[in-house]
This record gives sequence, structure tokens and C-alpha cells, in this order.
Amino acid sequence: MTGHRFTIHRVAAMLGKEFLQMRRDRMTIGMLIGIPLMQLFLFGYAINMVPRHLPTVIVVSDPGPFADSMIAGLNNSSYFAIVKATASRPEARQMLAENRVAFAIEIPANFSRDLVRGAAPNLLVEADATDPAAGSYATSAVLGLATTALRDDLVGPLAARAAQPAAFNVVVHNLYNPEANTQYNVVPGLLGIILTMTMVMATSIVLTRERERGTYENLLAMPTRPFEIMVGKITPNIFVGAFQAALILSVARLVFHVPMIGSYGLLVFAGTVFITALLAVGYTISTIATNQMQAMQMTFFFFMPSILLSGFAFPFRGMPEWAQWVGEVLPITHYLRIVRGILLKGNGMVEIWPDIWPMILFLFAAGTIAVLRFRQTLD
Amino acid sequence: MAIDVHKLTKHFGKKIAVNGIDIAIPEGQVWGFLGPNGSGKTTTIRMLCGLLTADAGDGTCLGYDFRTQTDEIKRETGYMTQKFSFWEDLSIRENLEFVARVYGLPNRRQLVDATLEKLGLTKRQKQLAGELSGGWKQRLALAACTLHSPRLLLLDEPTAGVDPKARRDFWNEIHALASEGITVLVSTHYMDEAERCDQIVFISAGNLVARGTVADIIKQSGLITFTIAGDNVRPLVDKLKGQPGVQSVAFFGALLHISGYDRSLLERALAPFRSDPKLVIKETEASLEDVFIQLQETTAKDSTGVPR
Repeated sequence: MTGHRFTIHRVAAMLGKEFLQMRRDRMTIGMLIGIPLMQLFLFGYAINMVPRHLPTVIVVSDPGPFADSMIAGLNNSSYFAIVKATASRPEARQMLAENRVAFAIEIPANFSRDLVRGAAPNLLVEADATDPAAGSYATSAVLGLATTALRDDLVGPLAARAAQPAAFNVVVHNLYNPEANTQYNVVPGLLGIILTMTMVMATSIVLTRERERGTYENLLAMPTRPFEIMVGKITPNIFVGAFQAALILSVARLVFHVPMIGSYGLLVFAGTVFITALLAVGYTISTIATNQMQAMQMTFFFFMPSILLSGFAFPFRGMPEWAQWVGEVLPITHYLRIVRGILLKGNGMVEIWPDIWPMILFLFAAGTIAVLRFRQTLD
Repeated sequence: MAIDVHKLTKHFGKKIAVNGIDIAIPEGQVWGFLGPNGSGKTTTIRMLCGLLTADAGDGTCLGYDFRTQTDEIKRETGYMTQKFSFWEDLSIRENLEFVARVYGLPNRRQLVDATLEKLGLTKRQKQLAGELSGGWKQRLALAACTLHSPRLLLLDEPTAGVDPKARRDFWNEIHALASEGITVLVSTHYMDEAERCDQIVFISAGNLVARGTVADIIKQSGLITFTIAGDNVRPLVDKLKGQPGVQSVAFFGALLHISGYDRSLLERALAPFRSDPKLVIKETEASLEDVFIQLQETTAKDSTGVPR
């Protein structure tokens, strides 16, 4: 009598059945292989905690003999990539605001004269500190430059200036976030991450659920158009997303004391574009996934790069070019820049526009795919 | 003609699900759609209401081209799916309200009130549809898919898993609708339901096998049926099966039915049992079920499709 005991043949029967079912679910197996591979490549290749070649604008208020050497020295340090030399401070500020550069380094007026006189002039370094971690290595590198950059110039009569103490001082301004408070970076970033996760997940099951329950056939048998179904399915989640965003921003403001310099209206506008783009992704997943488990896996497949390649978890500029390109496609990358720009830099429409249109483009692409993928028949 | 389609064809991959079927149903009639499981009934119904695109075939449904004017057809057709497909997490009333809004029906509140009253669900209108029993779900589904006063009703095995009383009520409702001029195409496995239809279409493995009234189909079949009654008829099944001329051997209640086309061969097969005093062998008129089992067995042997 083996009926009430543990028997190996029943375990074997169960095992056999589970393996058979697992083998039939191709999508799950694909994801089980695909997700670890993606993680390996993203963590292995794309992440670099010490970003180099950070775009830098140099403000040359003193086009003296040392300016060229400074530029060469900065470039050689490999931490900086001088993208522009300008004489205009406002222009440099604008480039910082628009996130086109991470640093503005100014060679102030009379730099050469003061240096020759031994008056130890100041080299001004303005760092975009909205992501304090990203620029910290470069900031320390520029301090080292004080002693090395001009070594070749300070010869002959100027040899005395090459000696200690340094011939010039480096003054670093942590722009937008003077105390280099990482919460100012992380909390607005979390806004994007939380929205990405919840919005895509919530939408990814809307059609899948109808299909699983058999109500999809009924919906299609009635005179509803694909676009009508999509708008009806997506709109409630826009409100959920708006509520979430308001909640997170309130906590950011009241608990973490994240500054709020720019306009709330602009934040709402950018948030709406972002949320709608995410919902279009979720809806596209929903037209593909045959069950809710698959929908979750595909959501995760979208969520991973959103965390890793957006500049949320790791410095965006530290990633190799291909990873940056992938990052540029993701709406969250642009949304993070916009949110940090509005909250910390007080950016207006002009400054955020370069990050608004890629999100709109993404929204249209994802929306088109979703509508095209939507089958009005059961074929 | 409410439905008038020719050479309706649908493949799924290499398998042919519906193979060039012609169906013509005059308005206001109730037609039964019969055939074994997987014979293509659901596929045909889905093509008629635009849920599946036909690979070939042409014709009209309610006067609209069934291939291109699916929106128009949907607006005037009620389709009741095989599995309950209303929203189980919505209340009875909410389901009806939703349907009324999708079709843009005027006087929604009054219409839903009247429908609930007619269904006898006014008191339970706030109950979730998922909590209803099978019979009530079926009544709700029928009410919901006739809410927009369709001219055509497509019912896919509407009475599967429903008790006999609910089944009879359901059919009374169908006939009431037909007398109002609605055309009904209903697929079923129940012979008593098939006999209530004006005409019957029988398909097997995607092919149209028979069409006509019940009497026509029985007559056309040319089937001769004998019944055997007695105390111990069960062992006879194996003895009679496979005998020359014996097409089918099956129990109908306690009676054993033996059918075939050739009277002399049948008589020869039955001869050894004539002498047994405990057995009563009689000739009878073939029933619809005899004919269908016969049709199903012969077409299954002919078809190269998937065995079922």
C-alpha cells in the first residue's frame, strides 16, 4: 500500500508534466535565456563607474599663451573632451543647462599675466552637479592638472612657477547642486523609474487579460475600433501615472527637500508625454503577449535597460557609444534629463525641447506599432 | 437572404478548417449548424461576423459584403460565443450598460431596465456576472447580444452545459426572436435542438455533408435502421460491428440501433439473433442521430484530416 506515502513515481510523473509544459512555453524559455544575457552584456560592457571624455566647454577670457596648453592638458587627461572654446560665459551656462556639456572651464581674464607675476590666478571649473557622482573623478583630475598642464610652458624664466605651491588655483563650483547631494539626483530619477515600471506593467496586461478571459472575442464582435479600444484602455492609466508622479514629487519636495526651481506646468507637460510613451510600450506588449506571465517578462525586458542605460543607475556619459545610442532611444533617458533640468536647473521649454521631441517621436513610433499590431480579427 | 455565401474557405497553417462551404439562409429562419467537434462550425461563424478573414469565398451577410463590410455586419449581428465572454468582474447591469454604450443605443437606462425586467434579474442587477450559474450566464449573454436589436443572431453552442429546463426556455426565446423576423444560425450537438430548426447544415472536417429539413436529411440518407431490445444486448455490439453491410451499431437509451444501406446485408447480419427469444428485433425509421453518427463515421473515414 503506497497510496499515502511519498512515492518517486508520482514525483516523476509531476516532473515529466512540468518539463513538457515548460518546453511548450517558448516565450518563457526565451526570456530565461534572453534576460541573463542582456544583464551580462549591460553590466559587463555598458557600465563604467569612471566616465571619461566628458564634454566640456572652455571659456577663454584670456587668449594668452597658456590657453592652448590648458586645452591640450585637459584633453590629454582623458577625463575631458573639449567640445567648444568660447569667449562667452552665458553661452557656456546655456550649454550646461541644456546638458550638452558636463563642465565649463574658464580661463579668466589676465590669467597669463597673473600667472607670470606669480599671483596664482584662479582656474574656474563649473561642474554640472545634478549627477554628482558622474563628475567627481573628472573634478579631482582637474585639480591634478594645476601642477602638470603647464609643466612644458613653465621653463626658463618661468621655471620658478612650476615649483610648489601650484602656479594657479583650481576653483570648482558644483552648479545646481552646491552640496553635491546625491538625493537630488536619485529622487527625481526614481520618479522616472517608478513610472516606467508601473505604467508599462499596468498596460501590458490590458489586452492580454481580455484574451485570457475570452472577452476579447466579444469585444471584437462588437463595432469597436482598435484605436477606440486603445484610447479607452490607456487613458485611465494616464491619470494613475499623474497621481503617482504628484505623490513622488511631493515626497521629494517635503521629505527629501529636493529643490524645485522650474515650472510645475512644464513638469506636468513633460510627464504627460513620458507617461503616454510608456503606455504605448505597454500596449504594444499587450498586443503580443499571449498570457499575463509573458506580459510581465516583456515588461521586465524593457525595464532592465531603462534602469541601466538611462543614466539612472550609472553615469550616462560613462557608457560606450552603442549603449548611449540605446539609451537615447529610451524615453526615460530624456525624462530624467528633463526632470533634473526643471527641478535643479530651472530649465524652461527652450532647454528641455531637445529631450522632449525624442520622447514624442518614441511615442508615435510605439503608438503606430501598437495600432498596427492590434488585430481586429482573431486570425 | 440573410446569409448568402459561397465557397467559404479557411486554412490554419496547412490544415484546412473550412473547405468551400455554401450557406444560404432566408430571413427569419432558424438554422441548425451541426458537425463533430473541430469540424469548422466555430470558424465558419467567426468568418460570417468578421472575426476571421476568409481565405476564399464571396457573398453577403445581411446584404453586406461579408469580406469588406464587417463593420456594418457587426452593427446588425449578435454573436454569442461558445464560452461566456462577458465581463465576469462587471455586474449584470454594468455589462448591459457597456454593450448599450458600445452600440450607441438611445434611452440606455430604460432599455437596460426593461432588459433586466424581462430577464427577471432586476433584483440581482448589482451582482457580478461571474457569480451567475451557467444557465443564467447564458440568458444574460443572449440578452446582451440581442440588446441592439440585431437582424442576425449567430449562436455558437449556446446550450452547452445548461440544464434541460434552461435549454427549453432558451429555445422558446429563440423561436420568439425568429417570429420577430430575426434570422438565427445556431450550432449545437443536441439532436432535439437540431429538430427544432427550420433547416440543418451538417459539416464534417470542413466539408458540407448534408443540408435540408430533418425529414429531407433522413430521407436522403437512405439509411435503414433496426433496433434490438432485450435483457442482454450488450455483447451484441462487438458481434455486429464490422459485419458486412453494418454501418453503425450504437445504443439509444436501452435500445441498440443497427444501421446500414443494404437491407439484405443487414438482414443477414441480424439473422443469427432472430432465433433468440429474449431479443426483440424491429425495423424503425432512422432518427436524425442515426443519420448524423452515420455521416460522421463515413466522412471521418474519408477525410485525411486530423482524427477526432
